[in-house]
Amino acid sequence: MKFVISILITALLSFAFSLYAAFPWYTFAICAFVVALAIHQKPYKAFLAAFIALFLLWGIWAFLIDAANNHILSKKVAEILPLHGSSIAIILVTALVGGIVAGMAALTGSLIRKI
Amino acid sequence: MKYVYTAIAAIITIALIVVLNVQLPAGKSKTPRLGYFLSPQLGFWQNAETENTNFGGKLILPQLKGKADVYFDNRLVPHIYAENDADAYFLQGYLHAKFRLFQMEFETNVAGGRLSEMIGKDGLAIDKYFRRLGMVYAAENSLKVMEADPEIKAAMDAYTAGVNAYIQQLKPSELPIEFKLLNVQPEMWTNMRSALFLKFMSYDLTGQGDDDLLMTNTKNLLGYNLFQKLFPDRADSLDPILPIGTKFEKPSIIPKIPANIDSVYYGIAGGNTTAIPPIIPNKNNGSNNWAVNGTKTKSGRPILCNDPHLGLNLPSLWYEIQINTPTQNTYGATFPGAPCVIIGFNDSCAWGVTNAGRDVKDFYEMKFKDSTMQEYWFNNEWKKAEIRKEVIKVKDGPDDVETLAMTVFGPVMYDKSYQSKNKDGHYYAVRWKAHDGSNELASFYRLNRAKNYNDYQNAIGYFQCPGQNFAFACKNGDIAIQQQGAFIAKWKHQGEFVMPGTDSSYMWQGVIPNKENPLMYNPARGFVSSANQMAVDTTYPYYLGREGNFPIYRGIIINRFLSQMQNITPEDMMHMQTNNYNVFAEMARPALLKYLDEKQLTPVEKRYIDKLKSWNLVSDYDATAPTIFECFWDSVFVGTYADELNSTGLPYMWPDQSTLVEAMIKDTNYIFADDIRTKDVKENMQTIVQQACKKACAALEDIEKDGRLPWGKYKDTYIGHLLKIPAFSKLHVPIGGGTNIINATTSNHGPSWRMIVHLTDKTEAYGVYPGGQSGNPGSFYYDNFIEQWAAGKYYPLLFLTRDMAEKSSEIKWHLQCTNA
Repeated sequence: MKFVISILITALLSFAFSLYAAFPWYTFAICAFVVALAIHQKPYKAFLAAFIALFLLWGIWAFLIDAANNHILSKKVAEILPLHGSSIAIILVTALVGGIVAGMAALTGSLIRKI
Repeated sequence: MKYVYTAIAAIITIALIVVLNVQLPAGKSKTPRLGYFLSPQLGFWQNAETENTNFGGKLILPQLKGKADVYFDNRLVPHIYAENDADAYFLQGYLHAKFRLFQMEFETNVAGGRLSEMIGKDGLAIDKYFRRLGMVYAAENSLKVMEADPEIKAAMDAYTAGVNAYIQQLKPSELPIEFKLLNVQPEMWTNMRSALFLKFMSYDLTGQGDDDLLMTNTKNLLGYNLFQKLFPDRADSLDPILPIGTKFEKPSIIPKIPANIDSVYYGIAGGNTTAIPPIIPNKNNGSNNWAVNGTKTKSGRPILCNDPHLGLNLPSLWYEIQINTPTQNTYGATFPGAPCVIIGFNDSCAWGVTNAGRDVKDFYEMKFKDSTMQEYWFNNEWKKAEIRKEVIKVKDGPDDVETLAMTVFGPVMYDKSYQSKNKDGHYYAVRWKAHDGSNELASFYRLNRAKNYNDYQNAIGYFQCPGQNFAFACKNGDIAIQQQGAFIAKWKHQGEFVMPGTDSSYMWQGVIPNKENPLMYNPARGFVSSANQMAVDTTYPYYLGREGNFPIYRGIIINRFLSQMQNITPEDMMHMQTNNYNVFAEMARPALLKYLDEKQLTPVEKRYIDKLKSWNLVSDYDATAPTIFECFWDSVFVGTYADELNSTGLPYMWPDQSTLVEAMIKDTNYIFADDIRTKDVKENMQTIVQQACKKACAALEDIEKDGRLPWGKYKDTYIGHLLKIPAFSKLHVPIGGGTNIINATTSNHGPSWRMIVHLTDKTEAYGVYPGGQSGNPGSFYYDNFIEQWAAGKYYPLLFLTRDMAEKSSEIKWHLQCTNA
């Protein structure tokens, strides 16, 4: 239960803060960190919860934007980065970046809590 | 141990964020800040527009004086209805910024020598060039003149305020994607930026002046007599803008030829130069325009057509707009970066421009006391040079400072610190008409409101640089064309080579008065036209320059068509504007075949030559013969001149294609046919053509194996993004045409805006440009016109009254603008 709740809260907080564009892109890492401090879980669980939260948040968000855009921009950016022009690849990379950063922040939070 | 794990986790987390928050080196360039760039709430995802984006709504801008409405049609063209001109230009600025902010910032940074601020040290060569050309100095001078004109100042101020109103309310997430990629922020707009943009057009369209250095080398290499054969004054087949036989008044200025011209100027005393500019405006920068009067049209009303040929980029140079205020109702193509409509029409008339191509940029060799450039020798004394420091800021690097010595001629562009190749120690000052303050915007401002021929004359009188051929047609039936600009009254051949700058004898002696500029008003033949050819024949009392600066072939075919056509409709004009007939090949093919001995050809070669012989001379996308012709001709051209002009390390000027064609037609013993590298053999045109055919056919076999024999595939037209990012460019655009063809589309250059205006009671107009109204690569409107443009099709241009706009089914969005 704690696991699911921390996923939800991390995702919710990250989304809420990102609505204010004045915050930098990595604000979600602070959210993940704070949630891991507040909700006590085993470090690997904290990592996983935050990873899933941001993987899903960024992944679904990017997916929805991409669908509405008919993949026009994702294909172009996936040529620049370079990911062979694959929309799915750029969505996955986006989701992974969010997930890993959030996961590491939560892992840190969880470890600090243990001390 | 806990502490160690915690510390490691914390360090990895922070390191990840830091690495994702900076630009990482990737080959020659840099990545964007990846965390930021990929972030769905801030990064590139926010630039991905939905298909049903709403461009309408309510816009509250306290700077507006009254209410205004913007109606966007289904192509995203805004139709602005404002209660006053200031609000209209304010909204023009706002919309330019909303849809084209990146290109506005980028192009004006290029013009002002500030590219390095955006892209780092890779921009330095271009920045140095523009600073040293005196672009900033030129723009400052023009800004003073423009701001002294109250109407123009008001228009510029309103425009600038509009751009800035958009920038101020721009959310970080809405920043154009290119800014996100480069990790830079837009700057506030200024009137100076508009001035710089207009100077950039002057640079782009007066490029032939840069040839002076190469021409000097070529003259020194060949000697003046041989040089004259390579660069003749007139082409035999020239069909000028004003027909041969036009009578002219006596000139009011007769320039005095310097006394020592034979030894100092035509001789080789001037010395060679190794200086060459790092960038040169495209030689094909040119255009077509024509107007026919009611005697030639089916409706009995005039039709005006224009297609400016410029570099084809995304976002496009042009942005369509309609502006409706109590003083005007104007539609046309605008420059994101400046107020007013540049090429377009209003309720009474239409106008279009082509480049005049006359040389208003000359170089003078200066003598300085020492390398500090404090004093230069002029009119028998040491004269103090004003020193102007140009500081170029470089992103992620130290500043670069360019020291410009300002002389009576202009800035010393090339000196010991700046030569593109070897530092040979010469000082060259550049005298460029665009250095002088001028108010070209006043011409467009007044053309936008012109009601008749007199207004047109009045409006274009302000135009100084770059010289343009202004075609005009009016609903009352008038048509006209004038070559307008501040042209220099030059003695014959003045300024084609580097001139001595040690006294005033080689200086420009005066500007030809506007009323003596070539003009044709309601000619009996019923049409006016221009296609960058020389405006007049030799009876015109002023010197225009050498033939090589003026392409002749499009003019020939346009005038041929227009003289033959009767009962013309706009559809006929569409066919003509997109016509792919190659009149150059019509003249060059027989010249090639005349020298070719077909008995010597192998079966493979014979197959290509047979295709060339049976070609209908139309350079369509699918045709293979144009590729054969091009390869064969290029091979002959290079074969004829390479032995002379590739012979040493100095940069030389190559002649115009027309020079070789005309020589081949009339001169079987063409002096340049002999290969000067083979001392004991005397080659002739037969040898050249036969060898060239062999070489070309070998190359053609490879081209055919690659599947690139069809002309369109060989030429491979693309519309390139301003940052040269292939993913943001449109590659492999299926279109025919080419150099010397009315549809002048080469690989990355051609008709940047096609417009046809039928001046019936209710104006009927058509247009298309290879781009889209939105500059956002993530928009459905980024490149949606390209297919239509490539297919030679047009959009009907919606020229609406406010009532019509409210009701029109083709209007998709309504943006209500108020100040509270």
